[in-house]
Amino acid sequence: MDIKKWGLKKSPWVFHLNTGACNNCDIEILDCLTPRFDLERFGVQLVTTPRHADVLLVTGPVTRQALPRLKHVYEQVAKPCLVVAVGTCACSCGIFDGSYHVAGPLDKIIPVDVYLPGCPPKPEAIILGVRKALNKL
Amino acid sequence: MTLSGAFLGLFYLVVFPGFAFTAVVGLFSSWVERKLSARLQWRVGPPWYQPFADFLKLLGKENVVPQGASRIGFFGAPVVGLAGVTLASTILWMANISPGSIFVGDLIAVIYLLMLPSLGIIIGGSFSRNPFGATGASREVKLMLAYEMPFLIALMTPVVKSGGLISIGALLDFQQGQGWMLGNASCALAFTAALFSSQAKLGLAPFDISEAETELIAGPLVEYSGSALALFKLTKAMLLAVLPILLITIFLGGARTPRTPLTYVLVLGFFIVLKNTNPRVRIDQAMRFFWIPLLALATLGIVLAAVGV
Repeated sequence: MDIKKWGLKKSPWVFHLNTGACNNCDIEILDCLTPRFDLERFGVQLVTTPRHADVLLVTGPVTRQALPRLKHVYEQVAKPCLVVAVGTCACSCGIFDGSYHVAGPLDKIIPVDVYLPGCPPKPEAIILGVRKALNKL
Repeated sequence: MTLSGAFLGLFYLVVFPGFAFTAVVGLFSSWVERKLSARLQWRVGPPWYQPFADFLKLLGKENVVPQGASRIGFFGAPVVGLAGVTLASTILWMANISPGSIFVGDLIAVIYLLMLPSLGIIIGGSFSRNPFGATGASREVKLMLAYEMPFLIALMTPVVKSGGLISIGALLDFQQGQGWMLGNASCALAFTAALFSSQAKLGLAPFDISEAETELIAGPLVEYSGSALALFKLTKAMLLAVLPILLITIFLGGARTPRTPLTYVLVLGFFIVLKNTNPRVRIDQAMRFFWIPLLALATLGIVLAAVGV
């Protein structure tokens, strides 16, 4: 097995970006890191700068305000990196579809590897999604 | 020096007991740190190979250089830190394994070399053209000014106590004859001061002021990615092995006694428990802590050692 891929699979560091979500998906993402779910079992760490990240967790329907920031952050992440769309808003814009202030959904702007629908998705669903994304590598 | 001697020296530096050995011990210690932190927070924690996986992954990632940053300074900084900690670990282990093979004054050399990782962080932070990096670097300078003084005085106390034996080998011989240094009141005070200074040298909470995740995102490491970040992480992990070994060598009778694994785990455990039970202090609080109570403690220790307690 390729040793680089093994490393990437066993230690995905996550950068979390909110592009105009209502904060519910973000709370569920933070839930994954609490003692009850403890994503560090799989080597997942929440990092604070995009330069350290391997996985970009994006929530929210990409508002026009957030669009340039999203592009900027995506360029800053050291490749290779996975992009995970968390929540219905990031997957398809949800109830904000067609609104004047929305530039999304996410896959119109950057390539997305995993979609996690739900409003919000449960922590169990997020863990399952991240595991599936890593097994895709 | 003959050719075979040169090869032997290179072997000592690169494989055992230098770079490779200390790196493995250090990465394993950093797993202990993460696992024990997780258990203290009622979590399960990462598997044992986690630091190795992190390191291998970072080696395979893209190296991003910030626009307008100097490549030499940006990529030189992690190498400076790694070189310092590698040399320090080689000298320390060799002094423990064969005390005769080391030069006089090696203790001074080790103290200087152990400053290089902090210096590397300062250089890296300053070269990364990022306000967070610059702020982190300036905080690291202030923290160094604060903890180096008590650290130096604390490490000199056993030297004064033993009557001016300034090489590590001589200190080990002295402890073999007279029992460990911690048995003396003066050296017990010095050991306490050295423990807290080491905590700051390792950059662990409550003294993780320069990296301060919640305010400076990652401080001096903010722009680093890929193998340069891997070298910084490795330097930090190796420091986590070297500093307990230094304290054990100077204060607890050397790293070759049968109780070494126990003392190593105890010193490491002290760092981890202190890290998990204390919130980060502000930079002015840290400086006040090191300059007033801890410097007083260390000075009291060295004065007591000078009068022979």
